[in-house]
Amino acid sequence: MDILLQQIINGLTTGSVYAVVALGYTMVYGVIQLINFAHGEVVMIGAMVAFAVIAALAGSALPPAVIVLAGVLAAVPACMLLGYGLERIAYRPLRHAPRLAPLITAIGMSIILQHLALLVWGRNPIAFPQLIENPSYGIGGAAISGVQIAIIAISLLMMGGLSWLVYRTRFGIAIRATAENVHVASLMGVNADRVIAATFVIGAALGAMAGVMYGSYYGIAHYTMGFVLGLKAFSAAVLGGIGNIPGAMVGGLLLGLVEALGTGYIGDYTDLCRWPGAAEGGWMGERCADGAHFVLFGSNYQDVFAFLMLILVLVLRPSGLLGERVSERA
Amino acid sequence: MARALIEVLNLEVHYGGIAAVKGVSFAVEEGEMVCLIGANGAGKTSTLKALARLLPSRGEVHYGAERIDATPPHELIPRGLALVPEGRGIFARLTVAENLAMGAYHRSDKAGIAADLKRIHGLLPRLRERSAQVAGTLSGGEQQMLAIGRALMGRPKLLLLDEPSMGLAPLMVEKVFEVIRTVAAEGMTVLLVEQNAKLALELCARGYVMESGAITVADTSTNLLADPRVRAAYLGE
Ligand SMILES: Nc1ncnc2c1ncn2[C@@H]1O[C@H](COP(=O)(O)OP(=O)(O)OP(=O)(O)O)[C@@H](O)[C@H]1O
Ligand SMILES: [Mg+2]
Repeated sequence: MDILLQQIINGLTTGSVYAVVALGYTMVYGVIQLINFAHGEVVMIGAMVAFAVIAALAGSALPPAVIVLAGVLAAVPACMLLGYGLERIAYRPLRHAPRLAPLITAIGMSIILQHLALLVWGRNPIAFPQLIENPSYGIGGAAISGVQIAIIAISLLMMGGLSWLVYRTRFGIAIRATAENVHVASLMGVNADRVIAATFVIGAALGAMAGVMYGSYYGIAHYTMGFVLGLKAFSAAVLGGIGNIPGAMVGGLLLGLVEALGTGYIGDYTDLCRWPGAAEGGWMGERCADGAHFVLFGSNYQDVFAFLMLILVLVLRPSGLLGERVSERA
Repeated sequence: MARALIEVLNLEVHYGGIAAVKGVSFAVEEGEMVCLIGANGAGKTSTLKALARLLPSRGEVHYGAERIDATPPHELIPRGLALVPEGRGIFARLTVAENLAMGAYHRSDKAGIAADLKRIHGLLPRLRERSAQVAGTLSGGEQQMLAIGRALMGRPKLLLLDEPSMGLAPLMVEKVFEVIRTVAAEGMTVLLVEQNAKLALELCARGYVMESGAITVADTSTNLLADPRVRAAYLGE
């Protein structure tokens, strides 16, 4: 098996999910400079709603594809409503408050949503029923599953669709104008409240899709799944340059790749028995006898890579990979 | 006399506890070109921002038959009121073409928008050449052209201009004023705020002089240009 190619495939899969979630963070940040920490929980609720619907319909006579579609069609509007509600109830009243207030509110909303999910769906994970066959295809010594192909394809489609919306439509120009200067945009007739609400709703719709994809990939949905996923996607957004839409896409994919490759190789490279000279004689020699391993960091360190990258970016290039500091407002 | 397009009564603007505009009243008739001059910090920008509803204010603002002192800012341009803000306020990360498109955001008459774009490209040919350029990389003069062109794309009835000559070389100032003169000649009502009092008074038929938040003199440009107080304070004589 080709580990390199396999990890690239796996990395692209999770990376495209990170990218889609990161778009939700970056769009909201771009327009109102708020880090919506509750976004990870919106993603989680998307997965939970979809899985609940799918689990409820799993025994019915409906064709599997219809059942999955029903799950998605329930999750997306539910999350859009949730995103709208968050903005309307939690953030809009604080629009002109000191920046710390909405930030703390966002953390509070995240905790509330997690516990609401706990109340509704309980503390046990919901499993994704094996409805549809998940065939595996071999390419160049690696394997790619149907779910992986679907995740990458759907994510790319959504990223393309969002780019089209933001860069090619009238409303997209208004979003970018509002992001740059909300007062001047209002002079042009742009209703800032509507644009801000729209970024939350669009971000939540993307988040719902991401939640369903992420849940299907790992086969479960759980009320805590939004936390680490949200943090990683946020790291991806910062990596690409927070507020920058192409940056979130690049950052997400890159983060997925680094994470997958790191996880794939960290065990090998931190296996002391494989270090030259380490296994010869003495205590280490005994420890490594008969091809044994002495692994310092195993693949359970998977989550470290995202945050390592976040720290590196913050130290080396705080504005992110694509986030240039344009001089504005003459 | 034509009826007032905009009439302001006892307008007040406060920043915290400090009064920047202390109850000013003035009016601009339809088709008129009026200027508001005054020293730095007199309250000119605050007045225009209050008219455009970017600042909370007290007092009455009548626009046509309506009162607009409680109207949200984004509902003003559909009524025909446009402000070119101090410092231009172009969208630096958008292209020139996108900035102009934003000017027509509230409109849906595609043919009319296309016609206006053509007209503005004719008036300001530099904007056509720079269509695809990111606006933040334009020169200061080009940015001012863009700010005016963008406002014109909204086909306003009343154009509020805040120091369009700021930071421009004399030749560029002349060009900008030429454009203002052209649109005014076509019937647009203009309220012009200027540091450059001489230029402004030569362009407009009448003017108001603002000092520390109050209007102290209101007269025709000819009289203002002859007024010794104005000459001493604003024309450097
Ligand atoms: N955001 C603000 N906070 C506090 N005070 C302000 C603010 N903006 C303006 N002021 C004050 O209000 C007064 C009027 O300012 P304004 O900008 O309206 O003057 P102006 O006539 O436009 O001056 P200039 O010719 O320099 O542009 C000034 O004393 C200014 O310091
Ligand atoms: Mg000013």
